[in-house]
Amino acid sequence: MTDQAYNFAYLDEDTKRMIRRAILKGVAIPGYQVPFASREMPMPYGWGTGGVQVTAACLTPDDVLKVIDQGADDTTNAVSIRKFFVATAGIAVTEATDKATIIQTRHRIPEAALTAGQIMVYQVPIPEPLRFLEPREVETRKMHELEEYGLMHVKLYEDIAKHGQIATSYAYPVRVEGRYVMDPSPIPKFDNPKLSGNAALQLFGAGREQRIYAIPPFTHVVSLDFDDHPFSPSKANHSCDLCASDTSYLDEVITDDQGGRMFVCSDTDYCATRRAAGHIGALGGQTITEKAAE
Amino acid sequence: MNPDALIGGFTDAPVQASHAFRAALNALSRPGQIETLHGASAPAPLSTAAATLAVTLFDATTPVHLAGTHDTAALRAWITFHTGAPLVDAGAASFAIGTWAALQPIQRFAIGLPDYPDRAATLIVEMPTIAKVGARLTGPGIETEAFLSLPETAAFKANHALFPLGFDCFFTAGAQVAGLPRSTIVGDI
Repeated sequence: MTDQAYNFAYLDEDTKRMIRRAILKGVAIPGYQVPFASREMPMPYGWGTGGVQVTAACLTPDDVLKVIDQGADDTTNAVSIRKFFVATAGIAVTEATDKATIIQTRHRIPEAALTAGQIMVYQVPIPEPLRFLEPREVETRKMHELEEYGLMHVKLYEDIAKHGQIATSYAYPVRVEGRYVMDPSPIPKFDNPKLSGNAALQLFGAGREQRIYAIPPFTHVVSLDFDDHPFSPSKANHSCDLCASDTSYLDEVITDDQGGRMFVCSDTDYCATRRAAGHIGALGGQTITEKAAE
Repeated sequence: MNPDALIGGFTDAPVQASHAFRAALNALSRPGQIETLHGASAPAPLSTAAATLAVTLFDATTPVHLAGTHDTAALRAWITFHTGAPLVDAGAASFAIGTWAALQPIQRFAIGLPDYPDRAATLIVEMPTIAKVGARLTGPGIETEAFLSLPETAAFKANHALFPLGFDCFFTAGAQVAGLPRSTIVGDI
């Protein structure tokens, strides 16, 4: 077996046709989960098999692929998926958000604004937003059919009754174009506003659960809330210790066993770009350009 | 069998199909945008764009309906050889090809089920030309407004009123393609 033994982008053409038809129907019905015959991929379920299949069906040899895992380009999941497509599709890869044409993501939307030519591919573990409230597929399907989403509001209300606020902080349910309630994959609710009116096409793939759904560009997406408890995207009340950004989504990193900690951008490309431009946070030390000059 | 049926497919299927799909995806996700589709050629009267869509999306699991003047022996043989798609009546089709007039009455086509709205037909409507003028389009995929030379507006308004049910359309002319999903709000010309 050589690398040439693989078809372009790994999947056979019959499979890609089936996935492509599902993607087109997903685009035509924003937020509706289209069933598809998900294939076994050479990675375990939960590692992005749905996203990988959607990416494989969309890739052309001219594409530049970026893969992020919780915002980072250099974590195991991102690196292995990037390598997978370099090996099976021979495409170019990048870590720069603005240079990518397809961005496969696990649980983040990049900080930099996306552009019209780009496609975001989300890896989705549980595509059904109602699944933890109603385990039966026939029932959740009927609820979508009838637009019966009261249960979701009860869940958010119970958050308020228990915690005084809506405590759901990730995989925060949204309503797409006033019709389907959709799980935006486990992105932090900080990212929810970016789902709406985004210039990029957003595709969602759930491999184990065998569903594909989509948000076309410039689609109206609303995070569910109440008049007296409006939706509010939240982040750590801190600025990035490396690049001093006040607006990016932050990860908290424990640095020792004495209670030491630092907050850093979850989007590594955004953080590195800012540091290269000379922004230094409280614990940032030298900038990359200063280090290079030494 | 007419030997013409054997030629006109992709010469490098994985790569050509990927480019063709991206063009179709762009067209459907941005209604009013006109994309170029080429790579396959079929016997007349099938356009290059429609032939390319056919070899990109059809296979043995997608029943296809050929309407009116597109229902020729040569075209039946070409689609059967290149895609293996069964040729069926309008009601059973997941894809249909024809001019807008030949596809009438449009109510024949599947619009999906309330619990499975994806089980709806995709119509490939052959047009003399397509241009960014005519009916005003708004909705998902469109930032403010777009315009597209639709054959009529009443049928597409009625189709959108069925949302989330309804059929989806590709309009093809020569090597050009434009998309009109059921989600698009069609205004007046």
